[in-house]
Amino acid sequence: MTELATTPQAKELHRRFTEDVMSMPAGEKIKICQQCGTCTGSCPTSSMMDYGPREVIAAFRAGMIDKVVKSNTIWLCTSCYSCTVRCPAGIKITDLMYELKRLGIKYDLLPKDTRNPAMTRYFIDNVLKYGRNHEVGLMARFMLAKDWSMPFNFAGLGIKLFTSGRLPLLPKQIRGKEEIAKMTAYLDAQEAKLQ
Amino acid sequence: MRYLYYPGCSAESTGMAYDISTRALMEKLGVELVELDDWNCCGATSYFSVRELDSFAIAARNLAIAQQQGDEDLCVICNACYTTLAKTNRYMADSPHVREQVQGALKAVGRRYDGTKPVRHIMDVLVNDVGLEAISEKVARRLTGIKVAPYYGCQYSRPIGSFDDTEDPQTMDRFFEALGADVLTDFPAKLKCCGGMMMLTNATGAVRLCHEILKSAEDLGADVIVAACPLCEMNLEGYQPNVNKAYGTHFHIPVMYFTQLAGLALGIDPKQLAIDKQVVSCAPVLAAIPA
Repeated sequence: MTELATTPQAKELHRRFTEDVMSMPAGEKIKICQQCGTCTGSCPTSSMMDYGPREVIAAFRAGMIDKVVKSNTIWLCTSCYSCTVRCPAGIKITDLMYELKRLGIKYDLLPKDTRNPAMTRYFIDNVLKYGRNHEVGLMARFMLAKDWSMPFNFAGLGIKLFTSGRLPLLPKQIRGKEEIAKMTAYLDAQEAKLQ
Repeated sequence: MRYLYYPGCSAESTGMAYDISTRALMEKLGVELVELDDWNCCGATSYFSVRELDSFAIAARNLAIAQQQGDEDLCVICNACYTTLAKTNRYMADSPHVREQVQGALKAVGRRYDGTKPVRHIMDVLVNDVGLEAISEKVARRLTGIKVAPYYGCQYSRPIGSFDDTEDPQTMDRFFEALGADVLTDFPAKLKCCGGMMMLTNATGAVRLCHEILKSAEDLGADVIVAACPLCEMNLEGYQPNVNKAYGTHFHIPVMYFTQLAGLALGIDPKQLAIDKQVVSCAPVLAAIPA
């Protein structure tokens, strides 16, 4: 199928996607997709997506996974797992969406209007720094970087949460926070060894 | 009865009422919760977007600590934490590659985990270990006449489905029936997605999803929606003004953590259940519960 991918970037993404998916538990099931569309019909956000989950697999088969990686599709997946539990072929579609998100971040192919990757980045920074997610810090950083209008849209809610004590300003840190970075460094090294 | 307890990050901020009411409810039922020592973020959905193995490894740090800390099962309250931790066990069992890599990462920080620590959702513990009969016997104020919309959310039974059905879960329905509530068993939106984190990155889309759920609850005349996940609870409760603005609706539906409403039925003081922390006032629900 790789021969259907025309540009070097499409070929590279196709190769990475295939390799990664085949190494995932039940990844090989993607081969037996019969395009029934149960995934797209079950997806709560497919109507907002450039390509529904069924089309994602069709695009992969046509050597066009690069188009999907650059689309808004993958960033609209909420991880609800409806497609995964219903797929008659047992394809773990939510895991495919995660893989596509990873490719989008890795190759920096992010659709202009999507703010989800920034949120992901800040979330992970938070966990690396404290060992836990500090919600106030996460939201503050996201608003400053990506959405100045947010404090106005959500002002009423923010005030209510703050006054009821539901938004503590100080993060909680764990004792073993450096373990998180050490584990990811170990996995980075493992991945480098394989490539 | 004793469990190791994983509160999750939301329990320290927006979802603190879930944690507070869980502790109060379990104490009332004679269940001891021992907080997991130095637990870290489960990784949620964000870590899966960077590297699958990273997410399994950081989730597994918690499971490794649990295994070292005691023989009890690990009880989790947040749907997303539950799914992430249970999925880690599942994938470690199914994939030698995942198991080897995760164990390697743990070894790099001096930890060990064999992949077998049972991860239990709190509703699983309540229904299957404590038992509905035992809970029903302890009811002090039956929820007679209270129309409860049981909102399960996505990651309650999907994708794992170990304690309830992935398409038509029933545990929360049975639980509130045992407390005497008028459960809306035909609540069609009980498994529909609230949008999760999308509320912050694509509010228009998430507000649309919340509108469907709130409308479904209101059409059935729900007095209260009960949730089993901090993110679901926040979206359904906190963003009702945004839904109203976008759709011209007038929703003002109380949304509670299921542990809060259950605690009221068992006669626990509303203050101990942090009911004053809800954004939409729960006063109508409190007033409607027969003394």
